[in-house]
Amino acid sequence: MHELGIVFYIIRDVKEVARENKVDKVKTVVMDIGEVSTIIPEYLTDCWRWAADKEDLLRGCELIINTIPAVTYCENCGKEFGTVEHGKKCPHCGSDRTYLVRGNEVEIKEITI
Amino acid sequence: MDEVRIIEIKKSVFESNDKDADNLRKELKDKGIFLLNLMSSPGSGKTTTLIKTINLLKDKLRIAVMEADIDSDVDAVKIKEATGIQSIQLHTGGMCHLDAEMTRQGLDALELEGVDFAILENVGNLVCPAEFDTGSSKNAMILSVPEGEDKPLKYPLMFSICDVVLINKMDVMPYFDFNLEKCTEYIHMRNPKAEVIPICAKTGEGVDKFAEWLLKEIKNWK
Repeated sequence: MHELGIVFYIIRDVKEVARENKVDKVKTVVMDIGEVSTIIPEYLTDCWRWAADKEDLLRGCELIINTIPAVTYCENCGKEFGTVEHGKKCPHCGSDRTYLVRGNEVEIKEITI
Repeated sequence: MDEVRIIEIKKSVFESNDKDADNLRKELKDKGIFLLNLMSSPGSGKTTTLIKTINLLKDKLRIAVMEADIDSDVDAVKIKEATGIQSIQLHTGGMCHLDAEMTRQGLDALELEGVDFAILENVGNLVCPAEFDTGSSKNAMILSVPEGEDKPLKYPLMFSICDVVLINKMDVMPYFDFNLEKCTEYIHMRNPKAEVIPICAKTGEGVDKFAEWLLKEIKNWK
């Protein structure tokens, strides 16, 4: 259900861009999806197929997903580490004064027409 | 062969909603309406907590409630019967959260003349509502004891965007392995500024603390 909601937002934004560019058919939509964005890519493409085919502009249009690896930064030792592998705790110094640098993206990168 | 052209967009899916939410927040500020967005899992006690809270505050503030659910109007009816205040049901049509536009539609359906405190009871869900700014002045959430103390670790975003976390169903704590201290620690790991208030909506215990918190926040916001 979450992914379907996201798909509706993607469709809304793509329609807007298509209108601005006077485009009546979109071939692909490319998304940047962060590893810890809570989006499940397979669900997103399933929901996309269902919803996109209901729009003339997007019928048959493919959704391509680029996965952005999640990286966390440690304020204590200044090093970066993989979020999925290590979570919030720094594997170098053990500190939990850390924050996510990237990996939370749900972005429309580009469309091809 | 057809020529393929690329149009670069580079835009977060949440961007348009974030803009709508900021506009709505400003409009509400101009009208003097404080909007609280209340979130939690299904069954954590949002409606019961609201009833107890509203009954403590309805002489001090003019309150209106929007109940968001996928279906039914049981919550809106319950609120109206138990408090006598204005309450409407919003149906999300299958969507798992409310966004700023849906919140605006809900507010338009309310009689807002004289109202200074509007409450949005979001869809029961710890994931999606956290990602969609509703335009609220403050965000509150409820975590109930049976759900377990580890939820701030599992649903970090929800806990990181809330100004206050109510720990509900404190009366059943002896039956569950729930460690309040640990839970508070986990919440503050995600959000050092979050206020944590243990309550029992059924008996009303601690709800006065939440009401005080709201009065303080509304006063500071004005």
